[in-house]
Amino acid sequence: MTPVHDIYRILPEVIFALTGVAIMLIDASLPPSWPRRPLGWVAAIGTTIALWASLWQLSLPEGTGFFSTVETSAFTVFFHVLICGIVLVALLLSLDALPEDTHHQGEFYALIVFGAVGMCLLTGAVELLVAFIALEISSISTYILAGWRKHTGRGPEAAIKYFLLGSFATAFLLYGIALVFGATGTTQIYQIAQLAPAAQNQSLIIAALALMLVGILFKVSAAPFHVWTPDVYEGAPSPVVALLSTAPKAAAFALLLRVVYEMFPNLHYLWAPLLWIVAVLSMTVGNLAALRQQNVKRMLAYSAIAHAGYLLAAFAGIGEIGIAAAAFYIAAYAAMNVGIFAVVTLVAGYDEQLSLIDDYRGLVYRSPLLGSLLIFFLISLIGIPFTGGFFGKFYSFSAAVGGGAIWLAVIGLLNSGLAAAYYLRLVVVAAQRPLLDSSSDASADSAFAAAPRPAVGAAVIAAVFLAVAATLVLGIIPGATLDAAQSAAHTLQAPPQTTVPAVADPAPPAR
Amino acid sequence: MHLILFFLFAGFCLAGAINLLLQTHPINSALSLIVVMTSLAVLYLLLGAEFLAIAQIIVYSGAVMVLFTFVVMLLNAGREERTLGSRAASRIGFPAVVALFAILATILLHVQGLGAAHLGEGLSNAPGQSNLELLSQVLFHELLLPFEVTSVLILIAILGAVALAHVEGSKIPESERVAQK
Repeated sequence: MTPVHDIYRILPEVIFALTGVAIMLIDASLPPSWPRRPLGWVAAIGTTIALWASLWQLSLPEGTGFFSTVETSAFTVFFHVLICGIVLVALLLSLDALPEDTHHQGEFYALIVFGAVGMCLLTGAVELLVAFIALEISSISTYILAGWRKHTGRGPEAAIKYFLLGSFATAFLLYGIALVFGATGTTQIYQIAQLAPAAQNQSLIIAALALMLVGILFKVSAAPFHVWTPDVYEGAPSPVVALLSTAPKAAAFALLLRVVYEMFPNLHYLWAPLLWIVAVLSMTVGNLAALRQQNVKRMLAYSAIAHAGYLLAAFAGIGEIGIAAAAFYIAAYAAMNVGIFAVVTLVAGYDEQLSLIDDYRGLVYRSPLLGSLLIFFLISLIGIPFTGGFFGKFYSFSAAVGGGAIWLAVIGLLNSGLAAAYYLRLVVVAAQRPLLDSSSDASADSAFAAAPRPAVGAAVIAAVFLAVAATLVLGIIPGATLDAAQSAAHTLQAPPQTTVPAVADPAPPAR
Repeated sequence: MHLILFFLFAGFCLAGAINLLLQTHPINSALSLIVVMTSLAVLYLLLGAEFLAIAQIIVYSGAVMVLFTFVVMLLNAGREERTLGSRAASRIGFPAVVALFAILATILLHVQGLGAAHLGEGLSNAPGQSNLELLSQVLFHELLLPFEVTSVLILIAILGAVALAHVEGSKIPESERVAQK
């Protein structure tokens, strides 16, 4: 086996970073009056190349680079491809959704691409310091993107809230890393996994685990660390929400999987009940709060909290089954959530004059295509068969049952029923025929027609098509992605010293 | 001698930190942060981490704090306002912080296998080697990747500052604004 040059281990990240630098340089050298939209295409092309680079990494022998700080394996490739796919869809969506006169468009695209560096690196990190810096990169870029609509009151509010609470949570993670270092004398995940069971100071390690869980669970917006979610989703522009509700979350879940399954597998008796409680809390709090929302984006924010809960249910599964179920759920969740926010972007526009559920009344009649897309993604979020959401929930809950957490699965199923209520409310509202004789509806009709809406171009069609295709593929032929998730789970569990040659041709994830 | 210094500066550090939280005026808080940072530097020095101590003084007490006070002065931030929410937050927050630190302190105090600290001597695990050597070995060898990736982090922060703080004149296109300058 020939040694792999270190640079190949971080090839997608390098491509992302180069793309970001290229965007900044081109942005600075273009005359100020020129449109900045082509920069978005540069970002999209760079993301596509990074996606291929991630897939190419499968041909590398599995192993670590840069003094055992980053890893390439089926696990990292799975999440790299997922994140590249999400970033690509978000970029395509932004290309058409950003109004012509948006400020600093070059910086907008560059921030998305640099954020992707952090997210990808986070999934590949096997050294806690790399993970910490990668998490900061992905977080800070999303803090900034969340406040992009400076002229509104809600934009800066979202950014400030997200920033303050996010920094607070990161401090917990860092404290946890410091305690792990204190207990084991290293921050390398494999070494910690070897040293931790024999370490003298189990109480120190347990405290470290608890603090790190707080930090990571904040990032995935699980209850009780979820309070930032609705405000941020409401204040951030919809294309940004499509990104920040999925990609950083996928990366944070990858870190969570690594921390619990790879770093502290021997503390299963501790983190499994903790995550059980968090899963139940997230589902219940998310769904109950979502029932009461009038604003579509706030409702979807609470639904995202509930989905984090369903996902955490998979962590009750034993070993590889749990990891594979969680990885599959992340892919399914990302596909449908990006899709629904794409539809919200197209309905409400960048400035969001139509933000309430009632504003969606008669959407199916006003714009049949948008209406049916909305209903399609909502059905997937409910978890009805032939959509990705169904198999995601199915694998997650069956992993929980397999792990002996039958009550967790029962609570999850009850919650899914509860969640159907608010998703169906939006479906019913969208499918209601607008009563043209009623004056309020007539005014709503004209408001809908008058609202500035992004021009539907090739980019946004491609974005929505990718999201629909991914949701359908995950719902009808989940086999390929499930195989990829299982080989990913296998590499996460494999002992670090044995270098297993990469699986010959695992089917690439659907996205 | 070292013990006296330790208790003196540990006391300063704690007093500064508590004062920082209690002050309502941001500039007073910023000034007490200087006390905290500088006393921490003395504690590092006592533990034999002389490079860290110097860096702490130059970077934190120096650069960061100057920036901090500048920002506070430029924003002309007034006295902190007490609202219902902030009062409730401080009522719940202080006991919560005390409880959290009590738990952490209990855990840290019960940790076995940690030897006593030797004040005023070099690092006990690498006698005869300077801090600088050890640090650069770690920073440019084992932790090369995180060190390099930090540049992306800083770049993002700069991009964000430009994008969020740069005021564009209502709807004037950028070309005209450049021409006006």
